[in-house]
Amino acid sequence: MSSIKKSVSKLFLATVGMFLFGFALVPIYDVFCEITGLNGKVTGPTFSEYEDIGNREIKITFTTTNNNGMPWFFDSDRSQMKVKTGEQNLMSYVFTNTTDKPMIAQAIPSVSPGKGAQYFHKTECFCFEQQYLEPGESISIPLKFVIDPDLPEDISSLALGYTLFDITKDQMTKQASN
Amino acid sequence: MSAVIEGHHDDHHHGPAKGITRWLYTTNHKDIGSLYLWFSFIMLFIGGAMAMVIRAELFEPGSQIVSPEFYNQMVTNHGLIMVFGVIMPAFVGLANWLIPMQIGAPDMALPRLNNLSFWILPAAFGVLLATFFMEGGAPNFGWTFYAPLSTEYAPPTVTYFIFAVHIMGASSIMGSINVITTILNMRAPGMTLMKMPLFVWSWLITAYLLIAVMPVLAGAVTMMLMDIHFGTSFFKAGGGGDPVLFQHIFWFFGHPEVYIMILPAFGIVSHIIETFSRKPIFGYDSMVYAIASIALLSFVVWAHHMFTVGMPIAGELFFMYSTMLIAIPTGVKVFNWLSTMFKGSLTFETPMLFAIAFVALFTIGGLSGLMLAIAPADFQYHDTYFVVAHFHYVLVPGALFSIIAAVYYWLPKWTGYMYDEFMGKTHFWLSFVSVNLTFFPMHFVGLAGMPRRIPDYAMQFADYNMIVSVGAFLFGLSQLLFLYVVLKAIFYGKKATGQVWEGAQGLEWTLDSPPAYHTFETPPNLEAGEAKG
Repeated sequence: MSSIKKSVSKLFLATVGMFLFGFALVPIYDVFCEITGLNGKVTGPTFSEYEDIGNREIKITFTTTNNNGMPWFFDSDRSQMKVKTGEQNLMSYVFTNTTDKPMIAQAIPSVSPGKGAQYFHKTECFCFEQQYLEPGESISIPLKFVIDPDLPEDISSLALGYTLFDITKDQMTKQASN
Repeated sequence: MSAVIEGHHDDHHHGPAKGITRWLYTTNHKDIGSLYLWFSFIMLFIGGAMAMVIRAELFEPGSQIVSPEFYNQMVTNHGLIMVFGVIMPAFVGLANWLIPMQIGAPDMALPRLNNLSFWILPAAFGVLLATFFMEGGAPNFGWTFYAPLSTEYAPPTVTYFIFAVHIMGASSIMGSINVITTILNMRAPGMTLMKMPLFVWSWLITAYLLIAVMPVLAGAVTMMLMDIHFGTSFFKAGGGGDPVLFQHIFWFFGHPEVYIMILPAFGIVSHIIETFSRKPIFGYDSMVYAIASIALLSFVVWAHHMFTVGMPIAGELFFMYSTMLIAIPTGVKVFNWLSTMFKGSLTFETPMLFAIAFVALFTIGGLSGLMLAIAPADFQYHDTYFVVAHFHYVLVPGALFSIIAAVYYWLPKWTGYMYDEFMGKTHFWLSFVSVNLTFFPMHFVGLAGMPRRIPDYAMQFADYNMIVSVGAFLFGLSQLLFLYVVLKAIFYGKKATGQVWEGAQGLEWTLDSPPAYHTFETPPNLEAGEAKG
């Protein structure tokens, strides 16, 4: 009898453990993506300065996309620029709420090729920040970035894409459940 | 252990209770086994009816019978029901009937848990099927329910779907705890692990797989629930989450899941082939090790389902090679089955026909799996009918044929009556021809680029799809014949002997047909040479 109880409690613990492991996969995945650059995930603002400026010239393409049904105007100042590795660069993005309602939006970045994501350092950015705009309001936000001189030789151009999501409803749900 | 046997002894001298409460309150492994098997049989016809709707719609190009929205609901629920409602409960039913009899135990280790794990299943599928009558319709996002299709763009009934999946998961986990506890603690004295029948071995490993991955599935649907209702962003890109993460978690569950649906089949087929070859299975030890290594490998191959999401090249290569590695233990198994038949004195009763068809057709499904494992080629095959052909070959003439073979093989033992051999063979040949007619042409349209899950297709696929549909209708009708053969055996069958099959080995054949309501209340003496693994 006790051997049966022992088996059951071990198996029950294993079940609970695997349930928790399922949730642990979320942070594990984030760490894994950061290391491998999977999915072009970019980390938040980092501060980096490099001494060896101007070794290589890299072409950067900026793309902006509005997610399904997001009516805002959203664009970068320029669609392309050439930068030197290790050098501080500045780009700015314009957000305009074209509707007659106040809205909250969030822009999610992605770098491709994914392998280059970890060499794209943003020293100041609006990624993962929620942007609240009154009807008709417009705002310009700067993005400062440096390309790591360690960028692999086979990468000569990078693309930084931003997708703008309407999160007004989600924020409402969150406030309501708080 | 002895306490269990003695504790139950007082109420063991009477037979089953009468009426409906016998089935509602039963804790008898044989009753619960029958409940699982009948439940799975009913679900086979419900899921099959959905497949018939799909094939009727695809009979001709263009949209004629159902709306695309309803078509999506059919595809989704056909998959969910066949996986969670037919194949898995049928294997659990076989486990309930056979494991205690094969290891010489009086019952399962946890009989009340056993009752609960069955009776929550009809509740789960009741909830799932009820969504058809709700606003927004049934789930329509495919059985793989990828986010954000199943979160942001899902019908409101998705919450019922999540609840149903939770209940199915709980049922499977409880069943697995029961199976492992029974096998580890209640074997007859003298039956060491390496003397266990192969069906018991295959279920022991399957149960471990279930305990490892069903909780992860529960975690995935819980995350969906939180994303939908509580404003979290596990899979929501807008909140910093990642939809690709969903696919990783799902397939971490999903790949071991597909082996959960095939490993018990390996056990069944091994028993049937050795019986009708009148030879012990060739390479028993290597069979056990092959099952174990297939199970272990299943945890490191999941991303081969998602080669096209944009993985680094190292990832693609890792998952490609690890997937191909699985062909080795699987090849060992096929080799052993063929070697068992080699120079055996073969007879071809219905279970043997289904078992041989299993070996041949499962191998075809395995080979198309190897083709899909080639990462660069997979970009062509991905999400086409080639994939549909592949997994139906391993699940229908694979898992389902093994279950049908098991029913023919053990039905005389369970009921005490022989089935009609002529009708059984007719059922086999109809099924064999129609299953190939249904699924083989899917390879061709898939390679030519016909996408899966779409209710319409380009004109050049019309002829093949008509053949496929005809095959599917024939296969569906053939299974009604199966129901007829089973019912005829139960009501009008000839009395079966205890041994049933001349070459059958194992403890269950030492019992009467049908076995008494309670068997092996005192463990059998294995040293006396009554049984062999």
